[in-house]
Amino acid sequence: MAAHGAHPPGFAHQFETVTQQREAGTLGMWVFLVTEILFFGGMFTSYIIYRSLHLQSFIQGSHELIVRYGATNTAVLIFSSLTMALAIRTAQTGKSKGQIIFWLILTMILGASFIAIKLRFEWYRDYVEGLIPGVSWLDGGTHTPGVKMFMCFYFFMTGLHALHMVVGLGILTVLVIMTARNKFSSQYYAPLEISGLYWHFVDIVWIFLFPLLYLIGGRY
Amino acid sequence: MSEHAGHDSDTPHVVPITTYVLVFLALMLGTALTTWVAYIDLGRWNTVAALTIAVIKMTLVVLFFMHVKYATGLTRIVILAGFFWLGIMITLSCSDELTRRWEIVPQGWQMIVPLFSRLF
Repeated sequence: MAAHGAHPPGFAHQFETVTQQREAGTLGMWVFLVTEILFFGGMFTSYIIYRSLHLQSFIQGSHELIVRYGATNTAVLIFSSLTMALAIRTAQTGKSKGQIIFWLILTMILGASFIAIKLRFEWYRDYVEGLIPGVSWLDGGTHTPGVKMFMCFYFFMTGLHALHMVVGLGILTVLVIMTARNKFSSQYYAPLEISGLYWHFVDIVWIFLFPLLYLIGGRY
Repeated sequence: MSEHAGHDSDTPHVVPITTYVLVFLALMLGTALTTWVAYIDLGRWNTVAALTIAVIKMTLVVLFFMHVKYATGLTRIVILAGFFWLGIMITLSCSDELTRRWEIVPQGWQMIVPLFSRLF
Protein backbone atom coordinates (compact mmCIF):
# COMPACT_ATOMS: atom_id res chain seq x y z
CA MET A 1 0.00 0.00 0.00
CA ALA A 2 1.31 3.32 -1.01
CA ALA A 3 1.46 5.71 1.87
CA HIS A 4 -0.61 8.79 1.31
CA GLY A 5 1.31 11.91 2.04
CA ALA A 6 -0.65 14.54 3.83
CA HIS A 7 -4.15 13.14 4.24
CA PRO A 8 -6.50 15.61 2.55
CA PRO A 9 -9.64 16.57 4.49
CA GLY A 10 -12.72 14.54 3.61
CA PHE A 11 -10.65 11.84 1.88
CA ALA A 12 -12.10 8.42 2.67
CA HIS A 13 -9.87 5.36 3.15
CA GLN A 14 -11.49 3.13 0.55
CA PHE A 15 -10.41 5.30 -2.37
CA GLU A 16 -7.05 5.29 -4.11
CA THR A 17 -7.07 8.96 -5.00
CA VAL A 18 -9.10 12.08 -4.34
CA THR A 19 -10.05 12.07 -8.03
CA GLN A 20 -11.40 8.52 -7.77
CA GLN A 21 -13.45 9.50 -4.74
CA ARG A 22 -14.88 12.52 -6.53
CA GLU A 23 -15.75 10.53 -9.66
CA ALA A 24 -17.36 7.76 -7.60
CA GLY A 25 -19.51 10.35 -5.83
CA THR A 26 -20.60 11.94 -9.09
CA LEU A 27 -21.38 8.56 -10.63
CA GLY A 28 -23.39 7.48 -7.59
CA MET A 29 -25.44 10.67 -7.64
CA TRP A 30 -26.14 10.24 -11.34
CA VAL A 31 -27.36 6.68 -10.76
CA PHE A 32 -29.82 8.15 -8.26
CA LEU A 33 -30.78 10.89 -10.71
CA VAL A 34 -31.45 8.25 -13.40
CA THR A 35 -34.00 6.67 -11.04
CA GLU A 36 -35.48 10.17 -10.66
CA ILE A 37 -35.58 10.61 -14.45
CA LEU A 38 -37.57 7.37 -14.72
CA PHE A 39 -39.74 8.34 -11.74
CA PHE A 40 -40.77 11.61 -13.35
CA GLY A 41 -40.65 9.85 -16.73
CA GLY A 42 -43.54 7.62 -15.65
CA MET A 43 -45.66 10.72 -15.14
CA PHE A 44 -44.50 12.27 -18.40
CA THR A 45 -45.37 9.03 -20.22
CA SER A 46 -48.88 8.92 -18.82
CA TYR A 47 -49.27 12.63 -19.54
CA ILE A 48 -48.35 12.03 -23.21
CA ILE A 49 -50.81 9.15 -23.51
CA TYR A 50 -53.74 10.83 -21.75
CA ARG A 51 -53.10 14.07 -23.60
CA SER A 52 -53.32 12.25 -26.92
CA LEU A 53 -56.53 10.51 -25.79
CA HIS A 54 -58.22 13.69 -24.49
CA LEU A 55 -56.50 16.39 -26.53
CA GLN A 56 -59.30 18.99 -26.48
CA SER A 57 -59.84 18.66 -22.72
CA PHE A 58 -56.13 18.98 -22.05
CA ILE A 59 -55.95 22.13 -24.18
CA GLN A 60 -58.95 23.49 -22.28
CA GLY A 61 -57.30 22.59 -18.96
CA SER A 62 -54.01 24.17 -20.03
CA HIS A 63 -55.85 27.44 -20.60
CA GLU A 64 -56.75 27.49 -16.88
CA LEU A 65 -53.05 28.03 -16.15
CA ILE A 66 -51.39 31.43 -16.40
CA VAL A 67 -48.32 31.44 -18.65
CA ARG A 68 -46.96 34.60 -17.00
CA TYR A 69 -46.40 32.85 -13.66
CA GLY A 70 -45.05 29.69 -15.25
CA ALA A 71 -42.52 31.71 -17.26
CA THR A 72 -41.54 33.79 -14.21
CA ASN A 73 -40.97 30.64 -12.19
CA THR A 74 -38.88 29.15 -15.00
CA ALA A 75 -36.66 32.23 -14.89
CA VAL A 76 -36.47 32.09 -11.08
CA LEU A 77 -35.37 28.43 -11.18
CA ILE A 78 -32.78 29.02 -13.91
CA PHE A 79 -31.38 31.90 -11.86
CA SER A 80 -31.22 29.63 -8.80
CA SER A 81 -29.31 27.07 -10.86
CA LEU A 82 -26.78 29.77 -11.75
CA THR A 83 -26.34 30.79 -8.10
CA MET A 84 -25.97 27.10 -7.11
CA ALA A 85 -23.27 26.62 -9.75
CA LEU A 86 -21.54 29.75 -8.48
CA ALA A 87 -21.72 28.48 -4.87
CA ILE A 88 -19.85 25.34 -5.94
CA ARG A 89 -17.36 27.37 -7.97
CA THR A 90 -16.73 29.61 -4.96
CA ALA A 91 -15.85 26.52 -2.91
CA GLN A 92 -13.71 25.08 -5.74
CA THR A 93 -11.63 28.22 -5.96
CA GLY A 94 -11.11 28.28 -2.18
CA LYS A 95 -12.98 31.50 -1.45
CA SER A 96 -14.10 32.41 2.06
CA LYS A 97 -17.00 30.53 3.64
CA GLY A 98 -18.96 33.79 3.79
CA GLN A 99 -19.02 33.89 -0.02
CA ILE A 100 -20.13 30.24 -0.30
CA ILE A 101 -22.92 30.88 2.23
CA PHE A 102 -23.95 34.01 0.31
CA TRP A 103 -24.53 32.04 -2.91
CA LEU A 104 -26.22 29.17 -1.04
CA ILE A 105 -28.62 31.51 0.73
CA LEU A 106 -29.35 33.33 -2.52
CA THR A 107 -30.17 29.93 -4.07
CA MET A 108 -32.49 29.18 -1.15
CA ILE A 109 -34.24 32.55 -1.48
CA LEU A 110 -34.85 31.90 -5.18
CA GLY A 111 -36.04 28.35 -4.49
CA ALA A 112 -38.41 29.64 -1.81
CA SER A 113 -39.62 32.37 -4.19
CA PHE A 114 -40.52 29.67 -6.73
CA ILE A 115 -42.67 27.87 -4.16
CA ALA A 116 -44.14 31.17 -2.94
CA ILE A 117 -45.17 32.21 -6.48
CA LYS A 118 -46.60 28.74 -7.06
CA LEU A 119 -48.61 28.83 -3.84
CA ARG A 120 -49.78 32.42 -3.86
CA PHE A 121 -50.51 33.10 -7.52
CA GLU A 122 -51.25 29.65 -8.91
CA TRP A 123 -52.41 27.04 -6.43
CA TYR A 124 -54.33 29.50 -4.29
CA ARG A 125 -56.08 30.84 -7.38
CA ASP A 126 -56.82 27.26 -8.47
CA TYR A 127 -58.34 26.68 -5.05
CA VAL A 128 -60.53 29.78 -5.36
CA GLU A 129 -61.62 28.74 -8.84
CA GLY A 130 -62.36 25.20 -7.69
CA LEU A 131 -59.78 23.34 -9.75
CA ILE A 132 -57.95 21.30 -7.10
CA PRO A 133 -58.69 17.56 -7.32
CA GLY A 134 -59.92 16.09 -4.04
CA VAL A 135 -60.24 19.52 -2.43
CA SER A 136 -62.54 21.40 -4.80
CA TRP A 137 -64.30 18.29 -6.02
CA LEU A 138 -64.25 14.56 -5.52
CA ASP A 139 -66.73 13.69 -8.18
CA GLY A 140 -69.16 16.10 -9.70
CA GLY A 141 -67.93 19.65 -10.01
CA THR A 142 -68.43 22.01 -12.90
CA HIS A 143 -65.61 20.85 -15.13
CA THR A 144 -65.64 18.10 -17.73
CA PRO A 145 -63.94 14.80 -16.85
CA GLY A 146 -61.13 15.52 -19.32
CA VAL A 147 -60.32 18.89 -17.71
CA LYS A 148 -60.34 17.19 -14.31
CA MET A 149 -57.89 14.63 -15.67
CA PHE A 150 -55.62 17.47 -16.78
CA MET A 151 -55.86 19.15 -13.37
CA CYS A 152 -54.94 15.84 -11.69
CA PHE A 153 -51.84 15.63 -13.86
CA TYR A 154 -51.06 19.28 -13.23
CA PHE A 155 -51.29 18.95 -9.47
CA PHE A 156 -49.43 15.67 -9.23
CA MET A 157 -46.62 16.78 -11.49
CA THR A 158 -46.15 20.30 -10.08
CA GLY A 159 -46.81 18.96 -6.57
CA LEU A 160 -44.08 16.33 -6.79
CA HIS A 161 -41.79 18.90 -8.35
CA ALA A 162 -42.50 21.34 -5.49
CA LEU A 163 -41.87 18.51 -3.02
CA HIS A 164 -38.45 18.04 -4.61
CA MET A 165 -37.88 21.77 -4.22
CA VAL A 166 -38.72 21.57 -0.50
CA VAL A 167 -36.29 18.66 -0.10
CA GLY A 168 -33.71 20.74 -1.99
CA LEU A 169 -34.23 23.63 0.43
CA GLY A 170 -33.62 21.21 3.32
CA ILE A 171 -30.41 20.00 1.68
CA LEU A 172 -29.29 23.61 1.14
CA THR A 173 -29.93 24.38 4.83
CA VAL A 174 -27.64 21.48 5.77
CA LEU A 175 -25.03 22.77 3.31
CA VAL A 176 -25.11 26.25 4.85
CA ILE A 177 -24.57 24.72 8.32
CA MET A 178 -21.73 22.52 7.02
CA THR A 179 -20.10 25.50 5.32
CA ALA A 180 -20.40 27.57 8.49
CA ARG A 181 -18.67 24.74 10.38
CA ASN A 182 -15.73 24.85 7.93
CA LYS A 183 -16.43 21.42 6.47
CA PHE A 184 -15.51 22.47 2.93
CA SER A 185 -12.36 23.61 1.22
CA SER A 186 -11.03 23.75 -2.33
CA GLN A 187 -9.80 20.17 -1.65
CA TYR A 188 -13.14 18.82 -0.43
CA TYR A 189 -16.59 20.08 -1.38
CA ALA A 190 -18.28 16.87 -2.57
CA PRO A 191 -21.59 17.51 -0.72
CA LEU A 192 -21.90 20.85 -2.52
CA GLU A 193 -21.20 19.30 -5.91
CA ILE A 194 -23.58 16.36 -5.34
CA SER A 195 -26.38 18.56 -3.99
CA GLY A 196 -25.85 20.89 -6.94
CA LEU A 197 -26.57 17.97 -9.29
CA TYR A 198 -29.85 17.38 -7.47
CA TRP A 199 -30.80 21.07 -7.60
CA HIS A 200 -30.09 21.29 -11.33
CA PHE A 201 -32.07 18.10 -11.93
CA VAL A 202 -35.14 19.64 -10.28
CA ASP A 203 -34.59 22.66 -12.54
CA ILE A 204 -34.57 20.38 -15.61
CA VAL A 205 -37.85 18.76 -14.56
CA TRP A 206 -39.43 22.21 -14.51
CA ILE A 207 -37.87 23.06 -17.89
CA PHE A 208 -40.04 20.23 -19.27
CA LEU A 209 -43.11 20.79 -17.09
CA PHE A 210 -43.42 24.44 -18.17
CA PRO A 211 -43.92 23.85 -21.92
CA LEU A 212 -45.87 20.61 -21.45
CA LEU A 213 -48.41 22.03 -19.00
CA TYR A 214 -48.56 25.73 -19.89
CA LEU A 215 -47.50 26.25 -23.48
CA ILE A 216 -48.43 23.50 -25.91
CA GLY A 217 -52.18 23.95 -25.56
CA GLY A 218 -52.81 26.33 -28.45
CA ARG A 219 -52.07 29.60 -26.70
CA TYR A 220 -52.36 31.65 -29.88
CA MET B 1 -5.62 18.60 -18.69
CA SER B 2 -2.35 17.54 -17.11
CA GLU B 3 -1.57 13.86 -16.67
CA HIS B 4 -1.95 12.55 -13.16
CA ALA B 5 0.92 10.12 -12.74
CA GLY B 6 -0.36 8.33 -9.65
CA HIS B 7 -0.58 11.60 -7.81
CA ASP B 8 -3.50 13.25 -6.03
CA SER B 9 -2.66 16.71 -7.19
CA ASP B 10 -5.00 16.99 -10.21
CA THR B 11 -7.91 19.28 -9.47
CA PRO B 12 -11.37 19.19 -11.04
CA HIS B 13 -12.16 21.49 -13.91
CA VAL B 14 -13.15 24.95 -12.73
CA VAL B 15 -15.68 26.39 -15.17
CA PRO B 16 -15.08 30.10 -15.86
CA ILE B 17 -17.75 32.49 -14.54
CA THR B 18 -18.27 33.82 -18.07
CA THR B 19 -19.30 30.32 -19.22
CA TYR B 20 -21.85 30.06 -16.41
CA VAL B 21 -23.24 33.50 -17.20
CA LEU B 22 -23.43 32.75 -20.94
CA VAL B 23 -25.27 29.47 -20.24
CA PHE B 24 -27.60 31.35 -17.90
CA LEU B 25 -28.32 33.97 -20.58
CA ALA B 26 -28.91 31.24 -23.18
CA LEU B 27 -31.37 29.54 -20.82
CA MET B 28 -33.22 32.82 -20.23
CA LEU B 29 -33.31 33.44 -23.98
CA GLY B 30 -34.68 29.92 -24.46
CA THR B 31 -37.41 30.57 -21.90
CA ALA B 32 -38.39 33.82 -23.61
CA LEU B 33 -38.28 32.14 -27.04
CA THR B 34 -40.40 29.16 -26.03
CA THR B 35 -42.99 31.46 -24.43
CA TRP B 36 -43.06 33.69 -27.51
CA VAL B 37 -43.36 30.77 -29.96
CA ALA B 38 -46.30 29.35 -27.99
CA TYR B 39 -48.40 32.35 -29.05
CA ILE B 40 -47.78 31.77 -32.76
CA ASP B 41 -49.99 29.27 -34.55
CA LEU B 42 -47.67 26.60 -35.96
CA GLY B 43 -50.19 23.78 -35.74
CA ARG B 44 -48.60 20.59 -34.52
CA TRP B 45 -45.16 22.19 -34.79
CA ASN B 46 -45.88 24.18 -31.62
CA THR B 47 -45.30 21.02 -29.59
CA VAL B 48 -42.18 20.18 -31.57
CA ALA B 49 -40.77 23.70 -31.07
CA ALA B 50 -41.55 23.71 -27.33
CA LEU B 51 -39.93 20.31 -26.76
CA THR B 52 -36.91 21.08 -28.96
CA ILE B 53 -36.19 24.23 -26.95
CA ALA B 54 -36.70 22.28 -23.70
CA VAL B 55 -34.23 19.60 -24.82
CA ILE B 56 -31.66 22.26 -25.78
CA LYS B 57 -32.10 23.95 -22.38
CA MET B 58 -31.74 20.61 -20.61
CA THR B 59 -28.57 19.83 -22.56
CA LEU B 60 -27.05 23.17 -21.54
CA VAL B 61 -27.87 22.58 -17.87
CA VAL B 62 -26.53 19.01 -17.96
CA LEU B 63 -23.30 19.86 -19.80
CA PHE B 64 -22.29 23.05 -17.99
CA PHE B 65 -24.15 23.46 -14.70
CA MET B 66 -23.94 19.74 -13.95
CA HIS B 67 -20.36 19.52 -15.26
CA VAL B 68 -21.07 16.52 -17.51
CA LYS B 69 -18.90 18.12 -20.21
CA TYR B 70 -15.98 17.48 -17.85
CA ALA B 71 -17.22 14.14 -16.45
CA THR B 72 -15.81 10.67 -17.08
CA GLY B 73 -17.03 8.40 -19.86
CA LEU B 74 -18.56 6.06 -17.29
CA THR B 75 -20.78 8.81 -15.88
CA ARG B 76 -21.82 9.83 -19.38
CA ILE B 77 -22.79 6.26 -20.29
CA VAL B 78 -24.91 5.98 -17.14
CA ILE B 79 -26.72 9.23 -18.04
CA LEU B 80 -27.28 8.17 -21.65
CA ALA B 81 -28.54 4.78 -20.44
CA GLY B 82 -31.02 6.60 -18.22
CA PHE B 83 -32.41 8.58 -21.14
CA PHE B 84 -32.39 5.46 -23.33
CA TRP B 85 -34.53 3.64 -20.77
CA LEU B 86 -36.84 6.66 -20.56
CA GLY B 87 -37.14 6.39 -24.36
CA ILE B 88 -38.03 2.70 -24.08
CA MET B 89 -40.69 3.45 -21.47
CA ILE B 90 -42.30 6.22 -23.53
CA THR B 91 -42.07 4.43 -26.90
CA LEU B 92 -43.36 1.05 -25.79
CA SER B 93 -46.12 2.53 -23.60
CA CYS B 94 -47.31 4.67 -26.50
CA SER B 95 -47.06 1.88 -29.06
CA ASP B 96 -49.30 -0.22 -26.82
CA GLU B 97 -51.84 2.34 -25.67
CA LEU B 98 -52.19 4.32 -28.89
CA THR B 99 -52.77 1.28 -31.11
CA ARG B 100 -55.41 -0.44 -28.97
CA ARG B 101 -58.35 1.14 -30.72
CA TRP B 102 -57.15 0.38 -34.22
CA GLU B 103 -59.80 -1.49 -36.12
CA ILE B 104 -58.43 -3.80 -38.74
CA VAL B 105 -60.53 -3.75 -41.90
CA PRO B 106 -59.40 -6.53 -44.24
CA GLN B 107 -58.62 -5.21 -47.69
CA GLY B 108 -57.35 -6.74 -50.94
CA TRP B 109 -55.59 -10.05 -50.50
CA GLN B 110 -56.34 -9.95 -46.75
CA MET B 111 -59.95 -10.80 -47.70
CA ILE B 112 -58.64 -14.34 -48.15
CA VAL B 113 -58.64 -14.73 -44.37
CA PRO B 114 -62.41 -14.25 -43.86
CA LEU B 115 -63.03 -16.29 -46.97
CA PHE B 116 -61.02 -19.20 -45.67
CA SER B 117 -62.60 -18.98 -42.25
CA ARG B 118 -65.96 -19.32 -43.96
CA LEU B 119 -64.79 -22.37 -45.90
CA PHE B 120 -63.60 -24.30 -42.89
